[in-house]
Amino acid sequence: MSRPEIEVRGLHKSFGDNEVLRGIDLEIGQGEVVCVIGPSGSGKSTLLRCVNLLEEPTKGQVFVGGTELTDPDVDIDAVRRRIGMVFQQFNLFPHLTVTENLTLPQRRVLRRDKAKAAQVAAENLERVGLSEKADAYPASLSGGQQQRVAIARSLSMGPEVMLFDEPTSALDPELVGDVLAVMRMLADEGMTMMVVTHEMTFAREVADRVVFMDGGIIVEDGTPGQVIGAPTHERTRHFLSRLLDPAMAQVEEEISDQVGGAD
Amino acid sequence: MTSDTDVQLRPRKKGLTRSQRRSLSRGAQYAVFVAAVIAFAVSADWGRLKNQFAQGSIARQMFPDVITLALKNTVLYTLSGFVVGLALGMVIALMRLSSVGPYRWLAGIYIEIFRGLPALLIFIFIGVAVPLAFPGTEIVGGTYGKVALALGLVAAAYMAETIRAGIQAVPKGQLEAARSLGFSPARAMISIIIPQAFRIILPPLTNELVLLFKDSSLVLFLGVTLEERELSKYGRDLASTTANSTPILVAGLCYLLITIPLGFVVRRMEAKAQEAVK
Repeated sequence: MSRPEIEVRGLHKSFGDNEVLRGIDLEIGQGEVVCVIGPSGSGKSTLLRCVNLLEEPTKGQVFVGGTELTDPDVDIDAVRRRIGMVFQQFNLFPHLTVTENLTLPQRRVLRRDKAKAAQVAAENLERVGLSEKADAYPASLSGGQQQRVAIARSLSMGPEVMLFDEPTSALDPELVGDVLAVMRMLADEGMTMMVVTHEMTFAREVADRVVFMDGGIIVEDGTPGQVIGAPTHERTRHFLSRLLDPAMAQVEEEISDQVGGAD
Repeated sequence: MTSDTDVQLRPRKKGLTRSQRRSLSRGAQYAVFVAAVIAFAVSADWGRLKNQFAQGSIARQMFPDVITLALKNTVLYTLSGFVVGLALGMVIALMRLSSVGPYRWLAGIYIEIFRGLPALLIFIFIGVAVPLAFPGTEIVGGTYGKVALALGLVAAAYMAETIRAGIQAVPKGQLEAARSLGFSPARAMISIIIPQAFRIILPPLTNELVLLFKDSSLVLFLGVTLEERELSKYGRDLASTTANSTPILVAGLCYLLITIPLGFVVRRMEAKAQEAVK
């Protein structure tokens, strides 16, 4: 791999007095699948949203495909076309049919003609296994179907990088599998992916690297075998034990500075 | 209120039970209503009322002009005012949401002024003050142009607030999804946000149309030709020539002919929207 597809340097992000990211350095190579895990409030979603500048970093630099997004003169709309984003709440456009959700961005943003956009939309719907829902409205689909349409919508723009922000967290448990299957397919096809998730099975089996975040910093970064299988930090072990076997967790004293990462 | 809880807490030893008292109270309300109706029926001079408000010959004499001329003009004035109001209201709503401070202030000032002034004053201003202040200027479209402008200026202030609320009611994730697909802020607003906002505000916008429909009667104060008369002016003119109130009643019925179905449509849309939320 020549240059990293995604590169984050010295990233800080504060909301008022609340410092959510405290110096993140991260590189993701071409075709690499990186899962970001960590407790809620650890800053993992904020990090992901900084990568396509939905959140403006307070300090630091973000590069995607060699272009610096944090450069004030960059054409952010042009760069974002190369970055697909999938949200926890799907965010399909409810006033448009499934096909229109896929064609409107192509036509308005990429200026594709009607026939080309429709063809790309049909191809991508087929990839996520939802060709028969082409004319349905989002409200008539299950959460899992909506999320697969959202993935197809991003893919229709021909992105080089895909960002996933807890893509299965809003789904009923029995619908998670279909979405993960689509993501696994993308990973196998060599898409560069950054995935914020709580799905440990997915992280273990599909990810090339797992990044554990806590208190706004990266605590551990390595292969799934290292980070999930044999974590070296106490915070990682603690988080994983609670996540993998929540029923066995003990009642604990709340430690007020836990998020602050003072330990 | 307090006596109610008293009753619940400790049952009374004597007197009426709760259900007895409830039926007594309801019976009393019906009795008052019936007494009022009887009193009105007995005291009213029916012959005179009929003569004054419901003279068939005068009512017949109003047709077809009351529909082909007066109602048609009312609808024309209302729609032209609505279109001007919608366009101007849209601009003001976007100014109100702008990141440029002076735009926000200007929009805020406009809204405060035109919501605070009586619509009648705006009509007088357009009809009298503007021609005096700028002699020689002619508002495009004559009376129709003046009415569209006056109604539009008033309606824009209300619609701007409605549109702004509608835009803000579209979930934040919609803008984020559009931006992450590469839409510019303006494109996202036009293609994604505004179409959804209009679905949300369709019922209040239709209500605004009903209000405008009634406000179009203020044309009375612009001084119009015979051909430009709308329902209120037409009814009043005929009432004075015939020295009878039947034309007022007929004109009133013509308003209701439009406003009641519109109100029904609004309630249907609101009920449907309510259902969609569930």
